[in-house]
Amino acid sequence: MIGIDDPYVLFAYFGTILVAIVSVIYGLVRRNAALDLVTEEDRHWAREAQEVEDGL
Amino acid sequence: MTDVSSVGWVDILVILAYLLTTAYLGWLGYRGTRSAADFLVGGRSAHPIIMAVSYGATFISTAAIVGFGGVAGLFGMSLLWLTFLNIAVGIFIAFVFFGEPTRRLGHHLGAHTFPELLGLRYQSRGIQIFAGALVFLLMPLYSAAVMTGGSIFAATQFGIDFEVALLMFAIITAAYVIPGGLKAVMYTDTLQGFVMVFAMIFLLVFTYSSLGGITEAHQSLTDMADMVPAPLQQMGHQGWTAMPAFGWGAKSYDLWWIVITSIILGVGIGVLAQPQLIVRFMTVRSRRELDRAVPIGAVFIMLMTGTPFLVGSLSNVWMAQNGPLLHGKLVQELNTDKGHALVELMSQTDSGGWTPVISPKTQAPAQVPLVVTERDTATDAQGQGFDLITGRSTAVTYVKGQADKIIPTFISSALPHWFGVVFLLALLAAAMSTMSSQFHTIGTAAGRDLYERIRHKGETHEPNLLVMRLAIVLGLMIAVTISYTVRQEYVIARFTAIFFGLCAASFLPAYIGGLFFRRVTRAGAFASMIVGAGVSMFWLLLVKAKEASAIGLVQILTDGKSSILQDHPNWPSVDPIVVALPAALVTLILVSAVTRPPNAEHLRRCFPERAS
Repeated sequence: MIGIDDPYVLFAYFGTILVAIVSVIYGLVRRNAALDLVTEEDRHWAREAQEVEDGL
Repeated sequence: MTDVSSVGWVDILVILAYLLTTAYLGWLGYRGTRSAADFLVGGRSAHPIIMAVSYGATFISTAAIVGFGGVAGLFGMSLLWLTFLNIAVGIFIAFVFFGEPTRRLGHHLGAHTFPELLGLRYQSRGIQIFAGALVFLLMPLYSAAVMTGGSIFAATQFGIDFEVALLMFAIITAAYVIPGGLKAVMYTDTLQGFVMVFAMIFLLVFTYSSLGGITEAHQSLTDMADMVPAPLQQMGHQGWTAMPAFGWGAKSYDLWWIVITSIILGVGIGVLAQPQLIVRFMTVRSRRELDRAVPIGAVFIMLMTGTPFLVGSLSNVWMAQNGPLLHGKLVQELNTDKGHALVELMSQTDSGGWTPVISPKTQAPAQVPLVVTERDTATDAQGQGFDLITGRSTAVTYVKGQADKIIPTFISSALPHWFGVVFLLALLAAAMSTMSSQFHTIGTAAGRDLYERIRHKGETHEPNLLVMRLAIVLGLMIAVTISYTVRQEYVIARFTAIFFGLCAASFLPAYIGGLFFRRVTRAGAFASMIVGAGVSMFWLLLVKAKEASAIGLVQILTDGKSSILQDHPNWPSVDPIVVALPAALVTLILVSAVTRPPNAEHLRRCFPERAS
């Protein structure tokens, strides 16, 4: 098939395309499924990270 | 290949324009929202494309494109398993299963580096220092792989010396990384990601169409299985569209163990324990952002690794159809129907006679496979007549077995010159986005995880920042020195695989245990890290033949052997990850089982969601 005789290489070739398609479907299905909540703890963490980056 | 391009004014202008655009975007970002942390502070959301492409550009570097693409040119399409794992593990499993727990744990504990995450999770200064030291010492190896990849391409594309290319690459990297690139400006990462995407799509389409289409290209490569160089055949190479021969106990299975354990498993699994990628999860705003980034990340990685692995393999067909003509004396007919023959390479002297080309490796006449285009009679230097075969060979032949040169040579030979400049920009982009995060990680490992922890500097930031800056400059110098000194065989892929494998064996059990299992103890985690790193180092120094013989200790201890298991076939080809990762995992479980469980109050702080 498609010029490749070894089934393991064929599996890797189509498996790569398949897992990419699964990832795309996952992202579309879960697009708004999870909460999008930013807590004060998240902001505090980000401010600390920002300080180190600004220092550098 | 002697036919090299040269640097033109247009090339220089295009490269300068690109660098100025990157600098301008960085400057714009510097004035406003620039990094993932800024988005989070501002309570805003980075677009999923920006988040995913920025992550992908950090993940993928010249090591993947030039290094592993070249290895695919040497070993074939079995490397597509690595692309499969890069998407399935590096994107899907990493984002879906590891991303959110890492983000939450990091924010609950206030961790800003990967060693700090482990140290705080297990309430251990020793764990943080040990992990920080490993990152600081080993990351320059990976940076060297990235630099070598970019420099070899620039040297081939513009016909300049590797040393000059390396110096230029180091200066550009330093100019980008030291003043501004460390801020991980997401817009510049994204611009770099888009340049990489354009280059890879063009490269893939061009390669397939120039070889007559997908099936035709693959079939031509399949038909060239008899042209695999003899040393590779003896290791188990069965053709560029076939897996290497699988088995145990004979040297003819060595290649399977090299490809599967070092190249595919080491990098494919090791990606989960990459400190610079794990930190990225903490900068994400929410689970929703992670979910939305999965599709773009998957397609991006498919293009970035799938394309060079396919093109690297197929470059053998292109060269066999279009490469420079070679001449030689018939040694053996490989396949008369296809016109494949094994010849002793010959070159014509000034007097018109033909003389053998001597291989510098074997000091014997070089033997190469040819697709025959012409047969003639000629006279050698001694005046004796022989059948002169003319034809073309594989990419592996033209680069004299140096895998790292396959992609650069293919691009400079097959593609239009303007594409070589675009591809160089893509490689610069890939290198800069990866190296900015590598050096950021080196800096924070030295300043935050080592200096601050060892000296108990606590809240004081100024000396810490000085240490970070010094560590970054030192890391850059070490990476350039390694890149300048070591350039054997497929060194880019090997350095990358060593770093990824060491990270997996040292960090992965403790990281997974820290995220998902409350019963894992401080002693269990620390012991697993020491065993993982220790077994890996032991294996690299004394067992894995390629690395052990290059380091040299094993030869001193065994009177010249390349491995302490040299007389036991296949063991010297097995990657450390196969032994070190299970050993580290078993250690984690056993030591945790017999040591006191972690403090319940601390666990509630780590996992408040589970407590409620």
